[in-house]
Amino acid sequence: MISILLRRFFLISLVGLFSPVAQSELSIEITKGTEAAVPLAVVPFGYSGSTTRSPVNLSSIISADLTRSGLFKALRERDMLAKPTTANKVNFRNWQALGQDYLIVGSVNEVMGQYQIQFQMLDVFKGEGLLGYRLTVKKNELRKTAHHISDLVYEKLTGKKSDFSSRIAYITTTKAGVNKRKLYKLLIADADGFNPRAIASSWEPLMSPSWSPDGNKIVYVSFENKRSAIYIQKLSDGKRTKIASYKGINGAPSFSPDGSKLALTLSKDGSPDIFVLNLKNKQLLKLTKSYAIDTEPSWSPDGRSIVYTSNRGGKPQLYIIPSQGGRSSRLTFDGDYNARGQFSSDGKSIVMVHANRGDYRIAIMDVATHTLNVLTAGRYDESPSFSANADMVLYSSKKAGRSVLSAVSADGRMHQSFTFDSGNVREPSWSH
Amino acid sequence: MKINKLALTLIASTVVLTGCTSTDEKDASLLDTDLKAEQEALITSGLNNNAVSGEQFITQGLSQSELNANAMNGLTSLGAEFSDPANPLSKQTIYFKHDSSQVQQDFISIIAAHAQYLAANRGQRVILEGHTDELGSREYNIALGEQRAKSVFSILRSQGVTGQQVEVVSYGEEKPASEGVGEASWQLNRRVEITYQVQ
Repeated sequence: MISILLRRFFLISLVGLFSPVAQSELSIEITKGTEAAVPLAVVPFGYSGSTTRSPVNLSSIISADLTRSGLFKALRERDMLAKPTTANKVNFRNWQALGQDYLIVGSVNEVMGQYQIQFQMLDVFKGEGLLGYRLTVKKNELRKTAHHISDLVYEKLTGKKSDFSSRIAYITTTKAGVNKRKLYKLLIADADGFNPRAIASSWEPLMSPSWSPDGNKIVYVSFENKRSAIYIQKLSDGKRTKIASYKGINGAPSFSPDGSKLALTLSKDGSPDIFVLNLKNKQLLKLTKSYAIDTEPSWSPDGRSIVYTSNRGGKPQLYIIPSQGGRSSRLTFDGDYNARGQFSSDGKSIVMVHANRGDYRIAIMDVATHTLNVLTAGRYDESPSFSANADMVLYSSKKAGRSVLSAVSADGRMHQSFTFDSGNVREPSWSH
Repeated sequence: MKINKLALTLIASTVVLTGCTSTDEKDASLLDTDLKAEQEALITSGLNNNAVSGEQFITQGLSQSELNANAMNGLTSLGAEFSDPANPLSKQTIYFKHDSSQVQQDFISIIAAHAQYLAANRGQRVILEGHTDELGSREYNIALGEQRAKSVFSILRSQGVTGQQVEVVSYGEEKPASEGVGEASWQLNRRVEITYQVQ
């Protein structure tokens, strides 16, 4: 198990080598919590080593991760009666009195630049251990390790896969240079907003970033040559490949679930249509042939269908078509505007921009029943992106005239807002 | 050599941007020593795989106002009619209703004037830039902006302008004419700009 963990950390640290720029960071604030959250305490980890304090505060990262999921409520440090760092020092009655269900204790030991971490998760009422790990990492892997501990805790307690080690991509615009020109940047960051870095920047628009299924590449649209083109960029070395630069629109790229194909929008034949590009043999399959706007393709998790936006009925609505070609059928009938659909990883729901009379909100449709659940308050919400386990939706909204990122739990109960120092932040995309 | 110089300009400007929110010269130079190597990595990671595209990234990345200035310089040599407010050729922006690509009656005569000019000046090229307001999803707006530009193009073509003279580009909601939130800004943003190319 540990060797698997270490191998994973090694891979992560390779990616970490190319973290070029200290960007201004996002900070996340929970604007509306849920009452059903499970109470747990992550006690500050003990530390011994050559510095006075641990270079990374693991317990605070784990607390923040678990709280952000909306399913847990971490006890504040100042409300703790004792701060044990090993299971045998825990007085369970203290924690029962504080109403905590679970307790996480641990320590970090630095020896010659190697950090030995051990932690245990305990059931407060049964007074027994549920989970325990010991692992050794390097300094620059400590933060990743904290997210990984959050993953282990979350998966143990919920039985579901977690998102704490995932990353987000997004576009920012800021006014730059002496002329205060608009500078577009494509950034990626950890799911908690930490470690943001620009992977491309341009004075012309950058748009529609989307992850490859393996999380190693980003596909996006760039207008750097004064017309649109689609690029795939590797995160490990920054190398990029121009995928499409036809006459007209080259837009809305989206990787197939197996990573072998790209769905995209091209208008080279006239009106914007949905195409599927085979990335190996470069074969291009034209899926839709309407005279209307067809755009924003997104794959079903089994790769068999593609959901897309079309205004062939007069207003934008979501349609679905087999990814090998075939007949389209209309999916949405509620509201006068439904666009930018994206499937959840289990294929059971589709998140979209849903509007009535100019009030744009994020909604989730149950695929089986076609029931629509509106999650956000509007009125300028756009670009929804599911997290890998589909528990959360990241989207962009407007706050005081600026584009900001927000997140909402898929049940609509928990809301978070991401604050960024300056400029506009938009088009978030969550790695899967 | 040129590329190097351009790359340096980019380094200098990104240092100001990425290091902190301040644009203070002193801050920028302080950061420069710490981050210079990293900044170079940024350019590599973004744009270095193709030097030509790197150069175009800078040279073609002119802002709209600079482009307009260039276009105006070109126009000055074309003729006084383009700067005479009484002449329809001085109007180069066509406005649209929300989520519509239909040209409104008021603008037909303006497009017709440009059509007449272009039909008489076969060497003259224009770019039709389609734009939208910020409402709704971004890629849909790219498509809508293109439909708007194509509506203007079809009127030009019906009056004798050739396909070789016209290029259509849509920026959707990415380059608003007015940055504000609200109908007053949005109606300025739902537009097609007829941009004359310098010879």
